[in-house]
Amino acid sequence: MEVAQETLTTPAPTTAVEVSGSVALLEALIVEGVDTIFGYPGGAIMPIYDALFDYNDKLNHILVRHEQGGIHAGQGYARTSGKVGVVFATSGPGATNLVTGLADAQIDSTPVVCITGQVFAHLLGTDAFQETDVINITTPVTKWNYQVTDANEIPEVIAKAFYIAKSGRPGPVLIDITKNAQIQKFNFEGYTQCNHIRSYRPKPIVRTQYIQEAAELINQAKKPFIIWGQGVILGSAEQEFKAFVEKSGIPAAWTVLGAGAIPTEHPLNVGMLGMHGNYGPNVLTNECDVLIAIGMRFDDRVTGRLDKYAKQAKVVHLDIDPAEIDKNVKSTVPVWGDCKETLPMLTKLIDEKKHTEWLNTFNEYTQKEVEAVIHDELNPTTPEMTMGEVIKQLNEITKGEAVIVTDVGQHQMVACRYAKFNKTRSNVTSGGLGTMGFALPAAIGAKFGAQDRAVVAIIGDGGFQMTLQELGTIMQTGIDVKIIILNNRFLGMVRQWQELFNERRYSFVDIQSPDFVRLASAYNIPGKRIDDRAELPAALNEMLSNKGSFLLEVMVTKENNVFPMVPQGCSVAEIRLK
Amino acid sequence: MSNQDIEKQEFNITVYTENQIGLLSRIAIIFSRRKINIESLNTSPSEIDKIHRFNIVITESEEVVRKLVRQIEKQVEVLKAYYHTNEDVIWQELALYKVSTDVIAEKVSVERLLRENGARAVVIRKDYTVFETTGHREETDNLISILQPYGLIEFVRSARVAIIKDSDGFNRKLREFERLEPGEEVIENEYLNQGEKVFTM
Ligand SMILES: Cc1ncc(C[n+]2csc(CCOP(=O)(O)OP(=O)(O)O)c2C)c(N)n1
Repeated sequence: MEVAQETLTTPAPTTAVEVSGSVALLEALIVEGVDTIFGYPGGAIMPIYDALFDYNDKLNHILVRHEQGGIHAGQGYARTSGKVGVVFATSGPGATNLVTGLADAQIDSTPVVCITGQVFAHLLGTDAFQETDVINITTPVTKWNYQVTDANEIPEVIAKAFYIAKSGRPGPVLIDITKNAQIQKFNFEGYTQCNHIRSYRPKPIVRTQYIQEAAELINQAKKPFIIWGQGVILGSAEQEFKAFVEKSGIPAAWTVLGAGAIPTEHPLNVGMLGMHGNYGPNVLTNECDVLIAIGMRFDDRVTGRLDKYAKQAKVVHLDIDPAEIDKNVKSTVPVWGDCKETLPMLTKLIDEKKHTEWLNTFNEYTQKEVEAVIHDELNPTTPEMTMGEVIKQLNEITKGEAVIVTDVGQHQMVACRYAKFNKTRSNVTSGGLGTMGFALPAAIGAKFGAQDRAVVAIIGDGGFQMTLQELGTIMQTGIDVKIIILNNRFLGMVRQWQELFNERRYSFVDIQSPDFVRLASAYNIPGKRIDDRAELPAALNEMLSNKGSFLLEVMVTKENNVFPMVPQGCSVAEIRLK
Repeated sequence: MSNQDIEKQEFNITVYTENQIGLLSRIAIIFSRRKINIESLNTSPSEIDKIHRFNIVITESEEVVRKLVRQIEKQVEVLKAYYHTNEDVIWQELALYKVSTDVIAEKVSVERLLRENGARAVVIRKDYTVFETTGHREETDNLISILQPYGLIEFVRSARVAIIKDSDGFNRKLREFERLEPGEEVIENEYLNQGEKVFTM
């Protein structure tokens, strides 16, 4: 995430102008470069919406159908555009509906600024109509939050909000503004962006000593292994990362959120890590001698059992957030800093190498995985379609250029495993929180954030029913989002666990669905449902070439499992192929 | 007892923060989320204008405390957080004891006991007297057991305040943990005392 180097200022008014808090807020947003706001009005935020009426030409407000949809859209927007997602909601229920999205954005380091309305300041703490203690409710799920009760505070607080949301390790910020502060007139002396808060150090100081130590370890390593996460993308360090990988010749694997930082087909990209990741990178984590972790936080879905994770390896950990270093995996050399700065320093000091033999070991495992899992998943002989073959066909048509937004479940893991990414900022998914219902609204936001790219949402029949009301947002905005529902008539991922670990006791995973195509049609969105493999390429082509949104429901095998899998409580080396 | 419990000891966490509403709960959540009990918490203005200082006492392993301190330091309004064992700090707690003045007047021995325990009277009224003492937990506890038989009416004890023993030792400690700490001292203190000159709220 780029941190503003210069400080922008609104054209300094010769004399301060008297404006309402609401107008000051909107002026501030414009200086911050905001063009799109996702939101939902209500009594306590009405003054802001009233002011917005006059800013129609400068600020595009998207009326979502639920505040959760609003914040997921804001997240999708932030993830594809690299800018801050902005969300408006009213007090009480409007604000509490943001909580899931805030938690999601917090754990996935997504920069969003939420503005919530609040009751009049004199009513705070009186259980007034739609009063909720939003600050306390959202404290654990925000990077920062603040309640404004006086319009004079607005410029400074909004400046801080944007600075905090996007700098260092990005995250969600919530600003709660009481109604009186929205209405109150005050002397607005222009808006200055914030680039310093004395108690806040977004980037730790880079220590060259550790860069040198890291380089020495890397240069001596016989079997070095790179694992990277979203930090590379958040730091806009894709080029620097590629240079490092290519000079070092070290095989590199990614976490779900790191996908796309270097193309899927890059010869040194050896695949996905974690519970449903690829066989080689998981097994070989426990064989490498130096593990270089870049912008990733050793989530338990990535590491499996910690006491059996990469115990043989010396660990070099590059991260912008000092609290991540040594949190789960003890590092031999900690490299604090923004990887956009630290990677080039490291690249300079490392020897140019080719670890051909070691790289081949990964390829051998890939072959094993292809034979045991991938081949049949992508080229099934069963009458029913698999999720994998749908993704494979999609790859062929989109050529890795599309933004893929996934929900949570089996389809998510299949899509992340098999989707090809040629571009960064192409994989939008709820990684840390695993929020079902994320994909549809996030895809809407993703499209607003990357209007010239194709956006394809891949969603399960369960997750789609959590936020399907956002079809209304698609209808009203006319946005072009392609929706693929992979319908296995089950809450598939839970069913998989029940099959593998609960003796097939399928407790409440059998889910009925409405006629999705007719439902979409009620929202004026064309659609199609297919259950025959022969129809797949044509249906995907029809969907992608359709001008505007399209819903494609693909009926897939009911009881298919996502493999490989590291069962919970197992070491990554104990990954199961079936 | 597990190994973890054996390693556990009292740690004094010192946090320097901006004076901001809501920060107390932000810091408290860091402990409660991990089901860690705060044994003592004191917050007060520091010697530096607009900077508050928290003293927090918990019993945990150093490993856990180190991670907690990093999470605390990550909060936007936190300038710096440190942790120390009891040996590394001078610490005190203040206790107040209310006893019946009649009893005190009658039993001279009580007065002697108080003197021996370093207590002093802060209020003497017809009906009751309030004594004050400061010290470590055992010391203030000791006086409770002495006064209890004489009809102790009320007792209250403050949170712990702690001062880090000597700045040289403190600096040494900082360097010792340098690998684990992201910043350098100079940078951390660069803006202290500059008050309004920097962007503050
Ligand atoms: C909001 C929410 N509730 C519950 C879960 C638990 N959960 C994880 S995957 C899953 C099943 C998803 O089913 P579906 O959307 O049909 O996708 P599939 O796994 O079949 O591809 C459930 C219930 C969750 N991740 N999020």
